[in-house]
Amino acid sequence: MSEESLINIKINNKEIQVDKNLTVMQACEIVGEEIPRFCYHDKLSIAGNCRMCLVEIEKAPKLVSSCTMPLMDGMSIITNSDKVNAGRKGVMEFLLINHPLDCPICDQGGECDLQDQAMYYGFDRSRYQENKRAVDNKNMGPLVNTIMTRCIHCTRCVRFATEVAGVPELGMLGRGENAEITTYLEQSITSELSGNVIDLCPVGALTSKPYQFKARPWELKRTDSIDIFDAVGSNIRIDSRAQEILRVTPRANDLINEEWITDKVRFNYDGYYQQRIDQPYIRKNGTLEPVSWSDAIKSLKQKLKQSKPLSLIGDQVDVETGYAIKKFMKNFGDNNVECRTDNQAILQNNVESIRFNTPLTEIENADLIIIGGTNPRIEAPIINHKIFKAYNNFAEIFNIGENLELNYPTHQLGEDLSNLNSENLQKALKKSKTPLMIIGSGFLSHIQDVKTLKALFEFSYKNKIITEEKNNLNFLTPHASRIGNLLLENTTSNDCQPLNSINKKDFDIVLSFGSEVIANSEYENLFKIYLGHHGDEGAMKADIVLPTPLYTEKYGTFVNIEGRPQEAKKCHNPIGQAKEEWSILKELSNQLSLPYEIESFEDLRKELSKNYPELLFWNNVISVQKSNETSENNQFECCKPTYPISNFYMADVISKNSITMAKCVEEILSKPLLEKSA
Amino acid sequence: MSGNHPGLSNNFIRSGEKFEWSKENLKEIKKIISKYPKERKQSAVMPLLYLAQEQNKNWVSIECIEAIAETLQMPKIRVTEVASFYSMYNSQPVGKNLIQVCRTSPCWLRGSDKITDTICKETKCAINETSEDSLFTVVEVECLGACSNGPMIQINNDFYEDLDQESTKQIIENIKNNIPNKIGSQKGRKSSENA
Amino acid sequence: MALKREERVQKMLSNQDKIFQNLHGFEDAFLEGAKKRGSWSNTKEILSKSQNDVIDLVKSSQLRGRGGAGFSTGLKWSFMPKDTGKQHYLVVNADESEPGTCKDREIIRNDPHTLIEGCLIASYAIQATKCYIYIRGEYHHEYVQLEKAIAEAYDNNLIGKNACGSGYDFDLYVHRGAGAYICGEETALLESLEGKKGQPRLKPPFPAGAGLYGMPTTINNVESIAVVPTILRRGSDWFKSIGAENNTGTKVFCISGNVNNPCTVEEAMGIPLKELIEKHAGGVEGGWNNLKAIIPGGSSTPMLSKDVCETVLMNFDDLRSNGSGLGTAGVIVVNKNNDITQVIERFAHFYKHESCGQCTPCREGTGWMFRMMQKLVRGDISPEQLELLENVTKQIEGHTICALGDAAAWPIQGLIKNFKPELLKKYNQKRKAS
Ligand SMILES: Cc1cc2nc3c(=O)[nH]c(=O)nc-3n(C[C@H](O)[C@H](O)[C@H](O)COP(=O)(O)O)c2cc1C
Ligand code: SF4
Ligand code: FES
Repeated sequence: MSEESLINIKINNKEIQVDKNLTVMQACEIVGEEIPRFCYHDKLSIAGNCRMCLVEIEKAPKLVSSCTMPLMDGMSIITNSDKVNAGRKGVMEFLLINHPLDCPICDQGGECDLQDQAMYYGFDRSRYQENKRAVDNKNMGPLVNTIMTRCIHCTRCVRFATEVAGVPELGMLGRGENAEITTYLEQSITSELSGNVIDLCPVGALTSKPYQFKARPWELKRTDSIDIFDAVGSNIRIDSRAQEILRVTPRANDLINEEWITDKVRFNYDGYYQQRIDQPYIRKNGTLEPVSWSDAIKSLKQKLKQSKPLSLIGDQVDVETGYAIKKFMKNFGDNNVECRTDNQAILQNNVESIRFNTPLTEIENADLIIIGGTNPRIEAPIINHKIFKAYNNFAEIFNIGENLELNYPTHQLGEDLSNLNSENLQKALKKSKTPLMIIGSGFLSHIQDVKTLKALFEFSYKNKIITEEKNNLNFLTPHASRIGNLLLENTTSNDCQPLNSINKKDFDIVLSFGSEVIANSEYENLFKIYLGHHGDEGAMKADIVLPTPLYTEKYGTFVNIEGRPQEAKKCHNPIGQAKEEWSILKELSNQLSLPYEIESFEDLRKELSKNYPELLFWNNVISVQKSNETSENNQFECCKPTYPISNFYMADVISKNSITMAKCVEEILSKPLLEKSA
Repeated sequence: MSGNHPGLSNNFIRSGEKFEWSKENLKEIKKIISKYPKERKQSAVMPLLYLAQEQNKNWVSIECIEAIAETLQMPKIRVTEVASFYSMYNSQPVGKNLIQVCRTSPCWLRGSDKITDTICKETKCAINETSEDSLFTVVEVECLGACSNGPMIQINNDFYEDLDQESTKQIIENIKNNIPNKIGSQKGRKSSENA
Repeated sequence: MALKREERVQKMLSNQDKIFQNLHGFEDAFLEGAKKRGSWSNTKEILSKSQNDVIDLVKSSQLRGRGGAGFSTGLKWSFMPKDTGKQHYLVVNADESEPGTCKDREIIRNDPHTLIEGCLIASYAIQATKCYIYIRGEYHHEYVQLEKAIAEAYDNNLIGKNACGSGYDFDLYVHRGAGAYICGEETALLESLEGKKGQPRLKPPFPAGAGLYGMPTTINNVESIAVVPTILRRGSDWFKSIGAENNTGTKVFCISGNVNNPCTVEEAMGIPLKELIEKHAGGVEGGWNNLKAIIPGGSSTPMLSKDVCETVLMNFDDLRSNGSGLGTAGVIVVNKNNDITQVIERFAHFYKHESCGQCTPCREGTGWMFRMMQKLVRGDISPEQLELLENVTKQIEGHTICALGDAAAWPIQGLIKNFKPELLKKYNQKRKAS
């Protein structure tokens, strides 16, 4: 902060120096003066409509709303006078006169801003003797339950939909005391982030439909974890009671997800408990039959003796498990573990070719964004929100690939990468100061030749997407396991088309750690072992099926797209007979007399941190060497992208088993995704 | 009370009929939009709501709202917000003659209650209702800005001022008989001069 | 600040000092008639003065805004940033929705060229090349008249490119409101003009810094703008010679309610209220002694009791020092044949009906006040409840985003202040009866 941006003000007669660009409310917060508020929210535009944050400013004739008031040099702010208290008390009373007294049956009970403030400023008995207003509830889709009589018209939800979700579908109709919040014609909100309005609503007007009447907040056990349904690594909080998860909400992390999470991680948890693989199975006479763990291990031992196994790593495999697999597979030779089950191309030993290089907080500052072979709206809604912010900051967005239904307008450049050389784009790039490019697995899984990857780097240098100071060439994978396992080098050595290039004849057994590709015909002749938690295609085709826990049933590390390891913590014990992968592999090693000096999960982490220390430095982005990748040409292969996810709500085994997600498909996807807005 | 006021309802409805701008209105729209800066087409939403209402027999249907949203490239909810905020956009069909009786104090002090009674009786409509033959809709409204000429009413675009029960009755009678009414003061004033 | 005795002495405004020579529409409202009345006679010359000079002249005339708040018009113009290179706007407030007010209507329909010429000159002064007139939707006939007059002005090169041959380019547009009192509040008006709901904006930023479309903007009432050409023609000293210090010029008054001849009339600022009513409106129905109270400046201004009405002058400062305000100069007279509580109850209904719903105290409080006022009319308000009602008005006042909250609170405060014993009597009588 530079000297000249500091000014002197007084808060309750204490002199302080603060940044002049703050508001009165922010300045008060700095000195620890908590100002009550309903409409104000850090991440939304300022509305100033609730009037709860009134403060006194010396010489001003009226109380002012502190959230809207800019600071001025020499200002003297008073937050604790009788006048201020009377003002706030008055506002509080107005908010309550038409608010129902149904706290005992309200899902917001115990975490309601209105309830809290009422305790502080409220009146002991209501002076309002008129009839209370009743407002009809509105349909907002399968996720958000509405009890609109409780609404206090703060418009946080409207601002969220417009400014953050980028779907201007919510509004306040009418005026005066007849003003009502609704979606257009009471249709579902068509946003992958819609559930966030539940957290934003300061009262119980918008609540979670699935969570309705499930629990009171004080009965819940809280566990901090990570969203593993895409690779952004949004921070979440999981609330559970005994062996059941009842609610998932965001944890604020300004570096990643700010205060938002996707509807998928928020609502798909009912799928955690459906179609679970509850115990080991072995195929006998064509059908999978339940067996005991010891029988399963016995027959595995038989199979693995003198065999050439191949391991495939699915999309939700944590780093610890990835390491255990790597360690186990070493016994059988090299190049026998592959995590790129979608054929993602990378440049060997070049971390910049696998990750999202721009800090996520910087995306919004780009003035030109090229999206290639990815649909960020469904592969990484949080990234999409940041692109939307850039758009609102007047960035131009170009799209290469299919015409996508995004919530901001794009210049469509045609389907394959060679369109990077298009004239329009070149013109725009010349003017751009902070261009940014995102290449998704839609292209990466088609690339046949590393030259294309190198050309992307070359192109980026030429167009200042990569400079001395920054690298704005980004690669986007939708899979939470991917970056961590790539950093563990769980790859067969080829750069491009890794999965296709594996000669299946070199192996006789395939172990799938939650990967469904083993259901494909090329694995027909291999003996298939599926370790996972949900009975999907992979398990159906397997010869042996072993139950493993979900990410919520064990501890594990996931490295997000930026290369930031974060820990997902265990909320409850595994369901059924599920066993953690490392302990299964330990058991097998013992049986096969293979070395495996790991007795406990702690041992596993110790060894991992010895060999890959950075992968356990939680919350710190791994250090990356600048690669200086060059190439002679600007030749891009002419491949059209295939997008890894076609249906946001049904992209993985868990979501596919969620009834809530199924409702979303029915009620949200069945209509056009987005109003065509300007 | 105002729940049924056709102009102050949050519930817009579909007419079930397609709404397409008439040729003349398309021309008019161009003219209207040109009054505002290029990037500020949204400013035309109120004039376009008027146009649509006029073309759609004096009410704004969902179809109208969607046509406006498309013309101005505005989210539909934003158009709906505007349509529901202002009392002059009718959210449901109204009679051929929309009679608005000013109920605010200056007119009331000069007998607006009696005018309302007379109108209800003569049109056989209760407040906020439309007569069976769809000839009249009667609503009570707030100050129409002709206080020195109260009591007064507005029928569609026209003000009728300095009313008493007799003259009010005559106005309704004339409408029923297709006889044109003299607008403005019914007491023979030119405007609001001291007479 | 009470005015000195000698300053109170007023004479009736002479006919030739009236700015609106066709206020009642007896003559041709359009260009030919307007020119006869002096409009457009030397506009080019006026526009040859520097912009600062124009502002200074208006400042020294002590013209105060006619839209309600009475802020110095010249001073307001001087807040506009200079030479920003941005589009500046003048926006004329013709929303005229304050109950009791119907003055701008007469100017617009009967003397529109005073306004159009005023728009040109005021815009020139604040470096605005575009001006919007926001006219309330119900004024359809007035809108048609205005559009016709504007077309004439364009056709005769009085406005448009090189307006009046002055070298200044100026465009004038009319925008119709659609039934919302709140759009008279200047920032709500800007929102409405931008195609949104008419919900007032937060201030700061003020319109002079960031107004219409985020550009420097001045908002003025119709009358404030329409008097400007005459001020510049006849001089600020002439304007100042009418009325009293800081309460200068002529003023259009609207007189409604229980008078024998309700009317709209241009008079000298500061004419005694009683004189205004007796000379122009034929006196109170049933005689002066039948007077109950007068609301002097539109529904938002607190009422005056009969004894104040005897002496008070109709200007900004005298009304203020008597606990009310000139507001829009919409004089609403209530005689003893009517229930004064009902007059205020109807206003309470009006404010509930017109609250935009944005901020809490106004959205919730106007409904609460109205419902209590209904009870008051029925005689169902106990002394404690009356105290509560007054308390609620205080809880709204000063706590809202815009002044509608204050406007809704003041009439009720005025009622209680003037007639408390009577209100309590009503309750007691009803208790006794039942
Ligand atoms: C609720 C409310 C309604 C208002 N209505 C009007 C109006 O109808 N006409 C008007 O000129 N000013 C109205 N005003 C005042 C305007 O906000 C503004 O002060 C005025 O147009 C400025 O013009 P002036 O300086 O020429 O008086 C209203 C203010 C409020 C708070
Ligand atoms: S529904 Fe909730 S978030 Fe939306 S305006 Fe009402 S109280 Fe605020
Ligand atoms: S928090 Fe400031 S007005 Fe709502």
